[in-house]
Amino acid sequence: MPPLLDVRDLYVEFRTRDGVVRAVNGVDYSVDAGQTLAVLGESGSGKSVTAQAVMGILDSPPGYVTGGRILFQGQDLLTLTPDARRRVRGARMAMIFQDALSSLNPVLSVGYQLAEMFQVHRGDSRKVARAKAVELMDRVRIPAAAQRAGDFPHQFSGGMRQRIMIAMAMALEPELIIADEPTTALDVTVQAQVMELLADLQREYRMGLILITHDLGVVADVADKIAVMYAGRIVETAPVHALYKRPAHPYTRGLLDSIPRLDQKGQELYAIKGLPPNLLRIPPGCPFHPRCPQARDVCAVDDPPLYEVTERDGAPVPGRASGCHFWKETMYG
Amino acid sequence: MAEPASVPTAQRPERSPQERGEVILEVRDLVKHFPLTQGVIFRKHVGAVRAVDGVSFDLHRGETLGIVGESGCGKSTVAKLLVSLERPTAGQILYKGEDVATLSRRGLKAVRRNIQMVFQDPYTSLNPRMTVGDIIGEPFDIHPEVAPKGSRRTRVQELLDVVGLNPEYINRYPHQFSGGQRQRIGIARGLALNPEIIVADEPVSALDVSVQAQVVNLMERLQKEFGLAYIVIAHDLSVVRHISDRVGVMYLGRIVELGTDHEIYEHPTHPYTQALLSAVPVPDPELAEERERIILTGDVPSPANPPSGCRFRTRCWKAAERCALEVPPLAVPAEYRYAEGPAHHDSACFFAEDRPDLTHPEG
Repeated sequence: MPPLLDVRDLYVEFRTRDGVVRAVNGVDYSVDAGQTLAVLGESGSGKSVTAQAVMGILDSPPGYVTGGRILFQGQDLLTLTPDARRRVRGARMAMIFQDALSSLNPVLSVGYQLAEMFQVHRGDSRKVARAKAVELMDRVRIPAAAQRAGDFPHQFSGGMRQRIMIAMAMALEPELIIADEPTTALDVTVQAQVMELLADLQREYRMGLILITHDLGVVADVADKIAVMYAGRIVETAPVHALYKRPAHPYTRGLLDSIPRLDQKGQELYAIKGLPPNLLRIPPGCPFHPRCPQARDVCAVDDPPLYEVTERDGAPVPGRASGCHFWKETMYG
Repeated sequence: MAEPASVPTAQRPERSPQERGEVILEVRDLVKHFPLTQGVIFRKHVGAVRAVDGVSFDLHRGETLGIVGESGCGKSTVAKLLVSLERPTAGQILYKGEDVATLSRRGLKAVRRNIQMVFQDPYTSLNPRMTVGDIIGEPFDIHPEVAPKGSRRTRVQELLDVVGLNPEYINRYPHQFSGGQRQRIGIARGLALNPEIIVADEPVSALDVSVQAQVVNLMERLQKEFGLAYIVIAHDLSVVRHISDRVGVMYLGRIVELGTDHEIYEHPTHPYTQALLSAVPVPDPELAEERERIILTGDVPSPANPPSGCRFRTRCWKAAERCALEVPPLAVPAEYRYAEGPAHHDSACFFAEDRPDLTHPEG
């Protein structure tokens, strides 16, 4: 069976006055039904742009998909007409954004906004749609859903608004949900509630989930596999346990070493030197080489492919790949 | 520019109270209420947002006090009160025994020189029309005694060098720098007047993960070099643990637990601290699976209308009748009063109980 979503060799660029910003440069990833893929990266790594391209909500112009394929249940979304694409979006794949307040319409009640989904996509009457909206709010554990359906977005707390976003994404029972930093704007105690809700719903409906985040902690809790992005490409993919135990790319290792830990104390933090690259001028060769502690001459010239990672004795490790010429040294020292 | 990647050094020893410097800042029962008004012409007071409602702590020379809490708990208002950007409704801020709140304008100016602030957002806290040299040198306009006119430029270049920026960048504008570099500029401005205390409100939360570590390391280096005392306000418990000697946990305008970082993180006794710690995602999948998570229900109540008694009781699984009637004081709980060890620290709960297993499941 083909994966639920299979992104192959995707390229996205933004044509700006200052030049062409190469935001996504040959990204491959896939998600199966019921699986959680975490896409990890810093700002400017291309993690959100990739998701926008998958959803078909890229601002165009200036953004253009210039290459690759986005296979959703075997069908290439990039070849669909805008109309057909719209039928997929919302009904079969949905997105949850970071900032719920700016993603909801401030002058319409949340009940109305949720009911709209059923009216537009399912052709339900207003009354039926309204009842379904309340049921949905109940399902994302909003207390007193029937009374609150008439409230406006600003009358809800941040955590409740994020629940409404989740409800809206869930409304048409899509097969795939893309969540772009869904808990970044929330406090930790509320963050835990929202992540738990998302995980429960995913299990219940066997949805595929793509979780886009910069937080290595959130990922460790919920993801099955991870794709680490840097300068618009994937530099490492791995099952979640394997990645934390033994990263196969110097960038991943740097990230893991540079975050302070709740359960450890006192040592000076490792800091990755320098800054993430300007996407107008991506360094030649490996894009990470100017910041890499183990870069050699070849790294400045030769752009590394995604190497398949093996055990020390050469036995294959399914699902692991590293975009570093020297992944063996990185992993096994 | 960026300093070379550093090698982890040996574990930092925990400092005992005797080894700590003298107290330079005492905060006593600090209160800040913001009035809520109704009407446009006849402004009627209809209540108050009790942002800070009785906060007390000491700060010792050369130490770092971390203040953690969720949004709306009043931690940023505490920061503004400490640097006199807001005047307290009641209570005292004693800097070397002098109450900052009642000082004259001139007296306040002298104190402000010694208590400086670093802001959260390096994009909005630097004036885009001023050069870096003017931004860092501006404090000297207000306090000309610190650097005479002729020596200012060299002093600014020294400061740039100290925070790891190229001194030749003195004529550049903020937009020519990255987020991490801008935060260095903000820190240089904070250092300009040789303060004793720096209040940093979320100093790294706007930065990318890989840049956060650079700024955290810089702050620690500067503390050692200049003997600074820090008050670091943040919502990220891992960052606070990393840099703090002592930690205060705030909830709805009050400190609910206060102790050394070891006491708070390894032996929390207040239910709110326990829930907060258990909710922090840990970048280690195996640990994440073993850890017990306490998931709180509901949201933080409004500070305009806080619950009676203990303010955490509406979300607390231990709440009893007593919690609604009496306000638990911030003191060492009775059970641990005569006990030696890390559970012996201030905790504002009637049912305080040591939970040593939250960050390290197997204990």
